[in-house]
Amino acid sequence: MDIFLQQLVNGLVLGSIYALVALGYTMVYGILGLINFAHGDICMIGALTALTVAQALAAMGLPAPLVLVLSALAAVAVCSALGVSIERAAYRPLRRAPRLAPLITAIGVSILLQYSAALIWGKQYLSMPELVKPSEIAVGGVHLTDLQAFIFLLACAIMGGLLWFIRSTRAGRAMRATEQNPDVAGLMGVNVNHVIALTFLLGSAVGAVAGVMVVLYYGIGHYFMGFMLGLKAFTAAVLGGIGNVAGAMLGGMLLGVVESLATGYIGDLTGGVLGSNYRDVFAFLVLILVLVFRPSGLLGERVADRT
Amino acid sequence: MVRAPAVAVGLAFALILSGCGREAPKPSGVATVKIGAASPLTGPQAHIGIDIRNGVELAIEDANSANLEIGGRKVKFEMIAEDDEANPTKATTVAQKLVDSKVAAVVGHFNSGASIPASKIYSDAGIPQISPSSTNPKYTLQGFKTTFRVVAHDDQQGPTLGRFAIEKLKARTIAVIDDSTAYGQGLADAFEATVKAGGAKVVAREHTTDKDTDFKAILTRIRGRKPDLLMFGGIDPQAGPMVKQMAELGIKAKFMGGDGMQTPNFIKLAGGAAEGVMASIPGLPKEQMPGGSAFLEKYKAKYKSEVELFAPMGYDAVMVFIDAMKRAGSTEPAKFLPEIGRTRYQGVIGPIAFDGKGDLVNGPITIYVVKRGKWEALETVTPGADGAKK
Repeated sequence: MDIFLQQLVNGLVLGSIYALVALGYTMVYGILGLINFAHGDICMIGALTALTVAQALAAMGLPAPLVLVLSALAAVAVCSALGVSIERAAYRPLRRAPRLAPLITAIGVSILLQYSAALIWGKQYLSMPELVKPSEIAVGGVHLTDLQAFIFLLACAIMGGLLWFIRSTRAGRAMRATEQNPDVAGLMGVNVNHVIALTFLLGSAVGAVAGVMVVLYYGIGHYFMGFMLGLKAFTAAVLGGIGNVAGAMLGGMLLGVVESLATGYIGDLTGGVLGSNYRDVFAFLVLILVLVFRPSGLLGERVADRT
Repeated sequence: MVRAPAVAVGLAFALILSGCGREAPKPSGVATVKIGAASPLTGPQAHIGIDIRNGVELAIEDANSANLEIGGRKVKFEMIAEDDEANPTKATTVAQKLVDSKVAAVVGHFNSGASIPASKIYSDAGIPQISPSSTNPKYTLQGFKTTFRVVAHDDQQGPTLGRFAIEKLKARTIAVIDDSTAYGQGLADAFEATVKAGGAKVVAREHTTDKDTDFKAILTRIRGRKPDLLMFGGIDPQAGPMVKQMAELGIKAKFMGGDGMQTPNFIKLAGGAAEGVMASIPGLPKEQMPGGSAFLEKYKAKYKSEVELFAPMGYDAVMVFIDAMKRAGSTEPAKFLPEIGRTRYQGVIGPIAFDGKGDLVNGPITIYVVKRGKWEALETVTPGADGAKK
């Protein structure tokens, strides 16, 4: 039983990172109908920025919590700026173009970011300095570190904050209005360009936090790390119903847990025929099943109406 | 079909030309001999691949400063370094490129998964290849006359680790993980067979990939089986986070692996959790190699960094080629290839001789342990005649 609970905890921590990245996909899709394939790479840029800043600051001998906060802030700042500029330079000129054009542009931006990162940071694995030695919390048979707990709680706080922002603030209402119909929202006095820029800014900032979490948790980063992370998060977004913010959160958590449990039990379930190396297969199998039986995702209702 | 006569004519011309050259050797003429170096120069394993290339480069510099004459002609060596990205497909492209640029011999590749497919291309072209590091047994079992290696292979390394686990660590229940590569899986399989034969129980056999960094789920599963020891067949970018996550999950079992994780980088990636981790590596400890301390100093002076792993093997591989060329009196691959098999060379890594398959005879294996953030040699085992014959 404690093994099951441990796998559940592993899955929730992993899932909370997926969920944060998935938010970026789903928010942009909700408003523009665009799958921003560069989003995973924006998270990568955030992760590597934080890593570099942390290395530099730790070498200067600053206290660990300060290093952590400053490097996270640097990552958020860089990614927000990056997200907004990508939208301005690459997507806005194509806003009225056929849908395929911005999609392919997104893939191009993704490759551009990856290889720019390879030029800046090199292609080798970089190690994050161990800022705080995570201390263990053992509850029953379940082991987790304070870092894991922190990642999970921070992710939940960010998601809660984002939901509140979208549902209860003026800017959030403008976002929802733009999501329903950008032209009508514009006629009602909503500055659509600002709303879209804000969406990219929020998504990228949240993605940066997710990237920082990844390097903190695994202690390792490299220029290609955004690819798989982005793919998984995109899966999570689709799983939850792309365009639906709560759906992205649910999808992320679910994907993390499914992956974790699948790795833990696939060998036993198949009598040893399939091993733990099939874990990614399992994650994408879940996606296919959801798409077959519920094409709009778990929480996605409105997606089918969009033209 | 149409091209065949043209090729024949070309060949005939080439023969005539080279014949002319030999009849009237110009005393002042310096022949340039190209040596290929193929290893991953980018990607997660770049640090190890660059290490090998540096070893080759050092050897070529030393050879050139000795002003060698082979077959009565002054010879200048030149390195052609290629990046195989640790990717089997890329490795064959690189191999073809080296063959096309007329290298006399190749040092490479690093990964078994790259060396094996590339070896066919070198074999077809008749170009000798010495891998400084590929330890998968299959590499020399293909019946190619051109494949050699200057490390002990996994049928020696895996069992050595296995015997060490059972006899010295007294492990009774063991979990085995591999990274699904030719190297990792080969090493893990050989290890598993030995510990099973030795009476230990393999309680879990798990697989990951050489790109993953999350092992929590696998490790949690293993924790449920309560092993005394975990063995990982793979490379340091995975081993580092794995050891860290093992500590986070409260797994107290010992951890050991092969040469792919016996690097300074592993300790950096694993942090404090690296303490007490063991890994074997073919060859003597760098410091105990007959030519070790001099080589380490020379390397540090030139590259301003420590030897990661296989630079001494890369260096010796070049020297073995040159030694064979000297004895054959020729830099033609066809002429000096038979001499490589007869090598009796005292290299940086120790005495080098090959068996009929091209494997290093009596390659020693050393087991290391991390103590106070540094790899320290624990024990050196020479597999001996029975290990080499397998």
